[in-house]
Amino acid sequence: MTVFLPNTAEEVLETVRWAVSEEAPLEVVGHGSKRGIGQPVQTAHTLDLSKLTGVTLYEPEELVLSARAGTPIAEIEALLREHNQELAFEPMDYGPLFGGEPGRGTLGGLLAANLAGPRRLKAGAARDHVLGVHAVSGRGEGFKSGGRVVKNVTGYDLSKGLAGSWGTLAVATDITMKVLPAAETETTFCIAGLDDAAATQAMAIAMGSSAEVSGAAHLPEGVVGRFIDGGFSGGGQTVLRVEGFGPSVAYRIDLLSRLLGNHGSAETLDEAASRRLWREIRDGHPFADGSPAPVWRVSVTPSRGHELVDAFRRAAGANVYYDWQGGLIWMRMEADPEAEILRKMIAHLGGGHATLVRAPLAIRAATPVFEPQPAPLAALSARLKEQFDPQKILNPGRMDFT
Amino acid sequence: MSGLKMPQANAATLKKRAEIIADMRIIVPGEGVVDAQNEMRAFESDGLTAYRQMPLVVVLPETTAQVSRILKYCHERDIRVVPRGSGTSLSGGALPLEDAVLLVMSRFNRILDIDYANRAVVAQPGVTNLGITHAVEQAGFYYAPDPSSQIACSIGGNVAENSGGVHCLKYGLTANNVLGIEMVLMNGDVIRLGGKHLDAEGYDLLGLMTGSEGLLGVVTEVTVRILQKPETARALLIGFPSSEEAGQCVAEIIGAGIIPGGMEMMDGPAIRAAEDFVHAGYPLDVEALLIVELDGPQAEVDHLIDRVETIARQNGATTSRASTSDEERAVFWAGRKAAFPAVGRISPDYYCMDGTIPRKQLPRVLAGMRALSEKYGLRVANVFHAGDGNLHPLILYDANRPGELEKAEDFGADILRLCVEVGGVLTGEHGVGVEKRDLMPEMFTEDDLNQQIRVKCAFDPGHLLNPGKVFPQLHRCAELGRMHIHRGQMPFPELERF
Repeated sequence: MTVFLPNTAEEVLETVRWAVSEEAPLEVVGHGSKRGIGQPVQTAHTLDLSKLTGVTLYEPEELVLSARAGTPIAEIEALLREHNQELAFEPMDYGPLFGGEPGRGTLGGLLAANLAGPRRLKAGAARDHVLGVHAVSGRGEGFKSGGRVVKNVTGYDLSKGLAGSWGTLAVATDITMKVLPAAETETTFCIAGLDDAAATQAMAIAMGSSAEVSGAAHLPEGVVGRFIDGGFSGGGQTVLRVEGFGPSVAYRIDLLSRLLGNHGSAETLDEAASRRLWREIRDGHPFADGSPAPVWRVSVTPSRGHELVDAFRRAAGANVYYDWQGGLIWMRMEADPEAEILRKMIAHLGGGHATLVRAPLAIRAATPVFEPQPAPLAALSARLKEQFDPQKILNPGRMDFT
Repeated sequence: MSGLKMPQANAATLKKRAEIIADMRIIVPGEGVVDAQNEMRAFESDGLTAYRQMPLVVVLPETTAQVSRILKYCHERDIRVVPRGSGTSLSGGALPLEDAVLLVMSRFNRILDIDYANRAVVAQPGVTNLGITHAVEQAGFYYAPDPSSQIACSIGGNVAENSGGVHCLKYGLTANNVLGIEMVLMNGDVIRLGGKHLDAEGYDLLGLMTGSEGLLGVVTEVTVRILQKPETARALLIGFPSSEEAGQCVAEIIGAGIIPGGMEMMDGPAIRAAEDFVHAGYPLDVEALLIVELDGPQAEVDHLIDRVETIARQNGATTSRASTSDEERAVFWAGRKAAFPAVGRISPDYYCMDGTIPRKQLPRVLAGMRALSEKYGLRVANVFHAGDGNLHPLILYDANRPGELEKAEDFGADILRLCVEVGGVLTGEHGVGVEKRDLMPEMFTEDDLNQQIRVKCAFDPGHLLNPGKVFPQLHRCAELGRMHIHRGQMPFPELERF
């Protein structure tokens, strides 16, 4: 068993070439903060990118940043903060959910897992912000795609192709991201006491208004006490985040209170509490309490989320909260994940996907972690894998069909 | 590129033309098959009119099942297919081939679902970009990407080209606004990607499809995000003595954390041509003109207009006007929007380029263009999506003068080389098509291009869908699949750490 710790892109290339020639599969990791997600990978050798670090280009006025794949996200975010900028898609931090430290994770992992956060609704995910990559395919060939400019349609967008691929197509060595100004301030508008259906309706009204809401979540009674140190009093909370320049935020909060004033009693959270709340919503905080119970992240049509939960709860016990206007459901199971029942219900409600982001090894080995794909799509995905990594050198088995 | 080489026609296909037409009529009954030369004439080129080619036959299917049967039929018989939306491509993406079925998607023209609660519209691919906005505007919504051809271009074509527009910096390109598609592969497989839910799992095939220029699959349905119209919008018209100062102003606006809805720049020749044409009240004594549009809630727009005006003054602006009504804002834009036809008035022909550069390189690229303009003896006017660095140089020429088209094309190629040299790219929004195909090696190595072609191999291993576009050379998939094993020592093994 060997751990390779390359310091340069050339060393990554050399390592993959060696693995290809030896037909020796590699587990590709950064900090390993998301190692618990996906099918367990069992390889004799590990390609550890945590020494391939450093921001290589940052031009705040050009809204662009490039860094080597092993650069810590925390380092990038700290640098951006100095210039009042950020990764606008608000990459979530899986660490705490697995009982790990917060603030770990690398840029390569961020792209491989296509991370996003509550602002997904407005700003997109990692895929929407990656501008270019340099990578080494499972064939042992270095290639680049994209560039450093936002508007670029020159050739296929292989950088997007690597987003969400969990390191099974190629090993990114350098990644260029679009960065954006951070909002001057934020406030969260909270409505108390709505049930899931009424909350869904309120979130749809808010998102369909000109209030430019950048986070819409519903925290039902069963979980609301675990947010912001129990700072919410009573019943469920439907929370809407408004970000921007001070005068604009005040104006839009006022707009929301006029639009939703009759939906329940409303209050606002100030900037500090708001920041904390959305970080906790982002990271699955209520379920990051050391328990190993299975956790799903389910993505469906926003207006159907509460119907899914309602139906599923008749079959299995689960604790839930909603992000993305009701379309992202965080769900902790009381017992087994009940994958088949859940996925059947998702299909019945118009489609979506369920990811078993946390579960004991034995369950993950027996349950498809990622949503199974229809045959023609699975065949196409397998052909794509074959084109990038014909010998299945990179993270073999991490995604179910690979 | 006037000596453009397209893939050699397949003689066997040409010989079977009558049989293929008859079979197409079985798959698409009624008026959906066009084979008369005079009727096919309308399809012989797209927006890049310098290139023309009559197709084998034109087929206009109406259902996904028909598209699937057509592609499967062609796949089994080794017949090439060129997909086409509205035919507005500026890069020849829909240029027909002599031996290819031209698959025209214009009869897929219905909007299937308008879902305000989930801010999504499901449309067939032949619906126009503006058609989506028209369908939802009475409820206060719109579809954000707005390529200048939006009145005609189809949403399916927008997916194929990853179309942009003037609002990209704030609202993203097509790729950021498409939630899902249904598509048909060359082998006839029907595949759905995404939908009204976000971030479908598995490989981001939607991301690969967007901007793939019709080489990977044929889109048969599109789900897009719609947005609530900004409450208000105001524009500033700001003149500068030089492009350097205008560029610095743009950098400082963004540095102040302001992302305008639109930010356009025009150079001296473009300003004067536009003003002569539409009389928008543009200052004629400046060398760079910025239009900065701020949109959003009233309170925000008023707040930011003041800040942008201050930044402009600090950067040497000699004139600055803020619109006080929607009519006035429309007048500010009228000149910019008419820039292409305005240039068309001062020259018999013009050739529109489309590179993107890191914004700060603008002065260097403009200076380079002036030098090239002298070298080739052709004038050039520039309009520029200043926020995102997308440059549209318009090269003025006269096609009736022998050799001048070729000269304009060489000039254009040199401009794109310059864009790549300063860290930019060959095309920001018009696509590679046939136009920039042979320039791809300026930006990509052979390994880079081969990996892109391998994606093509996963979707269409026979290279039957839209061949001759994007890639200077399509290597056979079997050849690309071969592994080149580099034997070597185990590299720098570290000791096991746990």
